[in-house]
Amino acid sequence: MANSPVTTSEDSSGLMAKAIKEGLFAGLLAFGMFLLYVGIETYQNIDNKLVWRTRWGLLAIFVIASALGRFLVVGFIKPHIDRRKLAKAKAGIPEISSEKGFFHTHFLKIALVALVLYPPLAIMLSGVQGSLKFVDNFGIQILIYVMLAWGLNVVVGLAGLLDLGYVAFYAVGAYSYALLSDQFGLSFWILLPLAGILAAFWGIILGFPVLRLRGDYLAIVTLAFGEIIRLVLMNWTEVTGGTAGISGIAKASVFGIYSFDVGAPNNFAKAFGLPMSSAYYKIFLFYVILGLCMLTAYVTMKLRRMPIGRAWEALREDEIACRSLGIDTVKTKLTAFAIGAMFGGFAGSFFAARQGFVSPESFVFLESAVILAVVVLGGMGSLTGIAVAAIVMVGGTELLREMEFLKHVFGDDFTPELYRMLIFGLAMVVVMLFKPRGFVGSREPTAFLKERKAVSGSFTKEGHG
Amino acid sequence: MTSGTQTMNKNTILNVEHLSMRFGGLMAINDLSFQVKRGDITALIGPNGAGKTTVFNCITGFYKPTMGMITLTQRGGGQYLLERLSDFEITKQAKVARTFQNIRLFGGLTVLENLLVAQHNKLMKASGYTVMGLLGLGSYKREAEAAIETARQWLERADLIDRADDPAGDLSYGAQRRLEIARAMCTGPELLCLDEPAAGLNPKESLALNVLLNGIRDETGTSILLIEHDMSVVMEISDHVVVLEYGQKISDGTPDHVKNDPKVIAAYLGVEDDEVEEVIHEELDGSAH
Repeated sequence: MANSPVTTSEDSSGLMAKAIKEGLFAGLLAFGMFLLYVGIETYQNIDNKLVWRTRWGLLAIFVIASALGRFLVVGFIKPHIDRRKLAKAKAGIPEISSEKGFFHTHFLKIALVALVLYPPLAIMLSGVQGSLKFVDNFGIQILIYVMLAWGLNVVVGLAGLLDLGYVAFYAVGAYSYALLSDQFGLSFWILLPLAGILAAFWGIILGFPVLRLRGDYLAIVTLAFGEIIRLVLMNWTEVTGGTAGISGIAKASVFGIYSFDVGAPNNFAKAFGLPMSSAYYKIFLFYVILGLCMLTAYVTMKLRRMPIGRAWEALREDEIACRSLGIDTVKTKLTAFAIGAMFGGFAGSFFAARQGFVSPESFVFLESAVILAVVVLGGMGSLTGIAVAAIVMVGGTELLREMEFLKHVFGDDFTPELYRMLIFGLAMVVVMLFKPRGFVGSREPTAFLKERKAVSGSFTKEGHG
Repeated sequence: MTSGTQTMNKNTILNVEHLSMRFGGLMAINDLSFQVKRGDITALIGPNGAGKTTVFNCITGFYKPTMGMITLTQRGGGQYLLERLSDFEITKQAKVARTFQNIRLFGGLTVLENLLVAQHNKLMKASGYTVMGLLGLGSYKREAEAAIETARQWLERADLIDRADDPAGDLSYGAQRRLEIARAMCTGPELLCLDEPAAGLNPKESLALNVLLNGIRDETGTSILLIEHDMSVVMEISDHVVVLEYGQKISDGTPDHVKNDPKVIAAYLGVEDDEVEEVIHEELDGSAH
């Protein structure tokens, strides 16, 4: 006890030395990494020559930020966390508390109420025209990804089949709506289920040849399928319009009662004597996609409690054991593919109605990768986790467009959108370091005898094809 | 061929005739014939590499045999040629369930869910292949409750009722073995195939396993075919023993008969060094003549 102050002062001086050393090392590492990425910029001058200039200031900011960050983490933040943990352990407080707060237990209800109140709130805060940005760019954009990720979750999260070409079904849905409404003038509400069915049909067609493959092989073939669909859309010019795509796609209506076409006699704004604005259409679409998301969530939750849903999860855990229990794994996989594709098709037809324009450019591999990243980041199988991940990933990238103040830090020619992918990757690495099973790593059992206990992520498997 | 068909009567549940399985140049099973009687516990024993698990994989459809016929006769008289069915159809239609040498549970599902997955086909039908169940029509709700009740009975029998809501991967080794047997029983089989159920169990767990297997045979009338290395289990519970060596049958009969068969003693139970020499000499003499 008597010499403890001495040891702590020795400890802290040693700690400082270590922190400075690690900080310098991190700075050196950052210098090495960012020298070519950030320190040198290439561009074309008027003569189309490639010339380069240096950006030492920006590089210095990157290097100093990483050195300082590492110094603070090693010198102050980590010892602080350790001290707190130790104090907690001494006080006998267990790390994991089983009690959940009000917010935690009622999370889903609170989230749903917040989503329903979101558009009116946006109008109240920034006016009808100003709300457009919040409802369209943030609300609808995020909800489309939530729906896509929930659809892919059936295939990847529940059945454990790695599908890298999910965007193909999104494309099938979008083009189904665009072409059928263009050619036959059918309404959104007829084509929405039809697009889902067509996408599910394509899911089955894809499923037949590939479901005997497993793991990496399955991933590669689904990737190829996604590309095939995109290339067909791009090159079958007579039908799909090629790279130019299809424009002027009909808008959705309020079940045929009110229209959002400006010239229509039953125009929504006219009928209610409101000033003309495209915001009403976007708010209407917000509620449509919210409804579609709820449908997806409801069906997924219901299916998990049915034999087919349990068979999907069993398939993810052990395919051979499934077969030994008399489960037809081919049919089970096909249903997973078809249902996942169906939700992708719904989202696709909604996307076409919202944009009024579809082209193959919207359905590149990057989209599949983003959707898969949302599923993995959220925690495979967990609807809540995936929704949170979609908000973080999609909302985060949208938010980057709004970061005007960064220009004051990094100079006027700094465009934050260009760093989207860098930050995106960094965020994924960080999340995977601290939460390797995604935001929600545990799974809810589908049936219980005495009490519902969440199954820890360390027991569940990711599936192998 | 004739001997197999002649002795086949109502009491035979499984009839294996001239079964051969070849992997490339290796003859894993060579012209094997044996029968499993209804309501019996039949043990398949033999040294490592004798082809026991291969026989199991042929019966349960995980391998397609190179030659031979495997006939399963159900209680109602229905007959199935197992070598013509695929693995999941054997469980679904012919009612043969199996466990694995290296336990294959659904580790991330709870113990109860494991037993519900085993009742998949019954529940699929009750839920109108998902469509009716999704709409809340039909008998799915009642059947789902009945399935949980069936699972509860098997959990009680396997002494796992207190762990029902825990993940299966969290159970101890012995409990996982019992759960795998309970899960196989939840498919409602007529023939239960167990691949080394006592492997890795301590004496106490081994005893509990004997009780469980005897209970299955006596109360449900399910016939059991098992592979086992643990002689205390084999001799204690089995009614009939088939001994394999190098893919061929060397002995077949009651435990007592097999125990005293010199061929079995030489091949499997182990003999003194000089005795082995004796046996070799005898064989050399025999082949010389």
